[in-house]
Amino acid sequence: MRRFLLLLVLLTPLWALAGETLPAENSASEARLKALSQELRCLVCQNQTLADSNAPLAEDLRNEIREMIAKGMSDQEITDYLVARYGDFVRYRPPVKSQTALLWVGPFLLLAGGVAALILAIRRRNRLLPDTPDEEDEA
Amino acid sequence: MIPELGHLALILALLLALVQGVFPFIGAARGVPMWMQLGLSVARGQFVFVSIAFCSLSYAFYANDFSVLYVAEHSNSALPLQYRLAALWGGHEGSMLLWASILALWTVGVTLFSRHLPAEFRARIIGTMGLISIGFLLFILLASDPFERLIPAAMDGRDLNPLLQDPGMVFHPPVLYMGYVGFSVAFAFAIAALLGGQLDRTWARWTRPWTTVAWVFLTVGIAFGSKWAYYELGWGGWWFWDAVENASFMPWLVGTALIHSLAVTEKRDAFKLWTVLLAIFAFSLSLLGTFLVRSGVLTSVHAFATDPRRGLFILVFLGLVIGGALTLFALRAPRVGLGGKFDLQSRESMLLANNVILVAAAGSVMLGTLYPLFLDALGMGKISVGPPYFDTVFVPIMTPALFLMGLAIFARWKKTDLPALALRLKWALGVSAATALLLPLVLGKWTPMIALGLLLALWIVATAAINLRERLRQQSFTSLSRAYLGMLLAHLGVAVFITGVTLVKGYEIERDLSMKPGDTTQIGGYVFRFEGVSDTAGPNYQAARGVVRISRDNKEIAILSPEKRLYTVQNMPMTEAAIDAGLLRDLYVSLGEPVGKDAWALRIYIKPFAHWIWAGCMLMALGGLLALSDRRYRRERAAAEATP
Amino acid sequence: MKPTLKYLLPLAVFMALAGFLAVGLHLNPRELPSPLIDKPAPAFSLPKLGEASGKFSSEDMKGKIWLLNVWASWCSACREEHPVLVELAKSGQVELYGLDYKDTDADGLAWLKEGGNPYRAIAVDADGRVGIDYGVYGVPETYLIDKAGIIRYKQIGPVTREVWNEKLLPLIKGLR
Repeated sequence: MRRFLLLLVLLTPLWALAGETLPAENSASEARLKALSQELRCLVCQNQTLADSNAPLAEDLRNEIREMIAKGMSDQEITDYLVARYGDFVRYRPPVKSQTALLWVGPFLLLAGGVAALILAIRRRNRLLPDTPDEEDEA
Repeated sequence: MIPELGHLALILALLLALVQGVFPFIGAARGVPMWMQLGLSVARGQFVFVSIAFCSLSYAFYANDFSVLYVAEHSNSALPLQYRLAALWGGHEGSMLLWASILALWTVGVTLFSRHLPAEFRARIIGTMGLISIGFLLFILLASDPFERLIPAAMDGRDLNPLLQDPGMVFHPPVLYMGYVGFSVAFAFAIAALLGGQLDRTWARWTRPWTTVAWVFLTVGIAFGSKWAYYELGWGGWWFWDAVENASFMPWLVGTALIHSLAVTEKRDAFKLWTVLLAIFAFSLSLLGTFLVRSGVLTSVHAFATDPRRGLFILVFLGLVIGGALTLFALRAPRVGLGGKFDLQSRESMLLANNVILVAAAGSVMLGTLYPLFLDALGMGKISVGPPYFDTVFVPIMTPALFLMGLAIFARWKKTDLPALALRLKWALGVSAATALLLPLVLGKWTPMIALGLLLALWIVATAAINLRERLRQQSFTSLSRAYLGMLLAHLGVAVFITGVTLVKGYEIERDLSMKPGDTTQIGGYVFRFEGVSDTAGPNYQAARGVVRISRDNKEIAILSPEKRLYTVQNMPMTEAAIDAGLLRDLYVSLGEPVGKDAWALRIYIKPFAHWIWAGCMLMALGGLLALSDRRYRRERAAAEATP
Repeated sequence: MKPTLKYLLPLAVFMALAGFLAVGLHLNPRELPSPLIDKPAPAFSLPKLGEASGKFSSEDMKGKIWLLNVWASWCSACREEHPVLVELAKSGQVELYGLDYKDTDADGLAWLKEGGNPYRAIAVDADGRVGIDYGVYGVPETYLIDKAGIIRYKQIGPVTREVWNEKLLPLIKGLR
């Protein structure tokens, strides 16, 4: 018993975590909370999603989102609410706007451009190179 | 005394590196055999001194010498021995020493296994690695000295971050660095070829084994890191697209492209410049990763204590090494010939298509990782680019490559008939598609992503099996080359990996519960019974240890003990998840906070096929190793050893 | 030399990248600028610390140029900032108001007793809701709000003498 109390005492500096969410009912709204908070960034532990972070602010924001879901706000409205307060930084999925156009389109441009360049390069070298006699073509 | 010895050893190592980085080049340019030979001896000498430095620092950790600042910052007398020693690479300064040590190790390896190379070529390789060593040793001595003293000495150390007090810490960084640093060899081979003017099939054949070994290490290193995060962080994630993870993934993608490109160059003497460029890219990405982790330019869980001043040094070094390499490339490129001709439909072009896709994928990862920096630098605001972006972008880009994998192994060199090939394989495609479409329904949930993942995995396996069967019709199993078998095994590894990822992401079950001792819950056919929490203690922590009994069909199959630890020195809490790993599923239990009087928060996961993720990686690595042991390399070494 | 130019492409791309990285060394990726700059300060009406009744309402502040300092007794960086604030309040150069963030009244009052009270009034934000409205993600943070109730500047981290002299004072003078 004493050791348990000692452990409790030792754990008191963890009061910052004390407000950790009590596991709630697994329901549709919790699922929505989970989906939303996994797309949002914790502003304190900036490398965790809002879903995973134990920071007090993350806790508060999750509760805030829970309330917004209960109020019937849509996912977009909830996200907008947070972006209005914390900026685009809070979204792990970057918004699609003119500043992020290159980000979203870039990878596919790279791929398409690469494939095009490859085809052109092969065609070009085939024009320039003389035909060579067939060698053994073991793969 | 010993730390000073270590410091002195580093200075001597730097002096030797200076010789190593200069004389062989002059010797090769002027044809002076002695100076070229000097490079080899000096490289070995550098290794000896760097090792002395490494051992000195290790000793300081072993002996709990808290008069060394670095030891005081990262260790503690209560820390178990293996972590005291691993703590050497727990911080920035020590990890730089690890980098330099591993670079010296690779250099020695090159000196030992390169007797068959022409003297000038060999000298330039050693010289290039010497130049890189100079950079790292200079950086350590000027800006990251692990031997700095703390006066007066601390009574005890600040302890290693509890997250790092794990077997993962012993293996992951060294193996990862072996991979990162190993790409410097391919880089050096590329530089030597550009300087010497000899860039041909032989060059590719020499470069390939070194690249493969580095790639194997990097594959295993990344897999270790992922597995470690999985059980350490307590919420079952295994990849977060974190900046530092991306920094290791980019060289891996380019390294994979390089291995395939070397195959084209080795076989057909073609696309040599592209291969050389990839070799430069792969190592450049390693260096970039080193920069990103330490400069404070990006936020990351893995970042060392950031210091922009150090960042500047590394950036200048990066500029010199990569800028120099790319300048040399631009200068020498026009001289390099085109090589063998091949059709638009051929094995060569499919391998190169693989390259294009892998490089586009690496480019996408880089774009996503650095984009927040780009926008911030341009004053255009702050955004975050996280897993949703990478997941959305990465899968569509890689899918064509995975599909091509099945076709390419059948393609013939120079010219192949792709439509005919596709027709031949339509049965394989059909079966894979049908299974992929129906299986999720049987398993209980159907989504496009699950179907796609299964399709790709099945396709890769089916085509590999058909290819093998066709080969076996023409030759016996024992006569199959190890290079071929290694390739099949590595590709199989990819399929296993995809299967694991698809099934975990598609079918994992997560439950957050509050349980009192004696409570049971049933999830996915398993019954979890919470027995309660008792307190226990480790060498440097106190813990609340929970006991959860798991049974299925009324038979007990596992007892898990998740812990909530408090590491006493740093007063840092840590969750130690408990996992029952299985071939077909992982049962994962994590202890949360106490709830009320005697209940506890528990998080329970059922993760189907989770370990296939890392099993796949290990198969890839094994495939690489198998390919390395191919006859043609052993033959070459034997020939080299036969000649005086 | 057309063919040679294409070989310079990788070098050019690398140099552009290196340029960005060099700029990046001077930036702080963890710092989050406020999207509320030049926007109306979110309205609030909260109980006052140390007073049984009466509310501190942001509406009442219209017509004044004021600093809203978000602090808490459990915040260590606030200790660093507090003497500067006390001095600032004494000098009368600006009106200082506080937002006691996620704190208990007892702790907050004890803190003020110990370090002095630079604030004309302190709003108690016990659950952090108002903090969220203001985009508070760490403590201390300070907002400069003008006569029309528009946020003009947000200081992330402690207000030091440099911050006061270089950032806040010039802005305040400009607003007057």
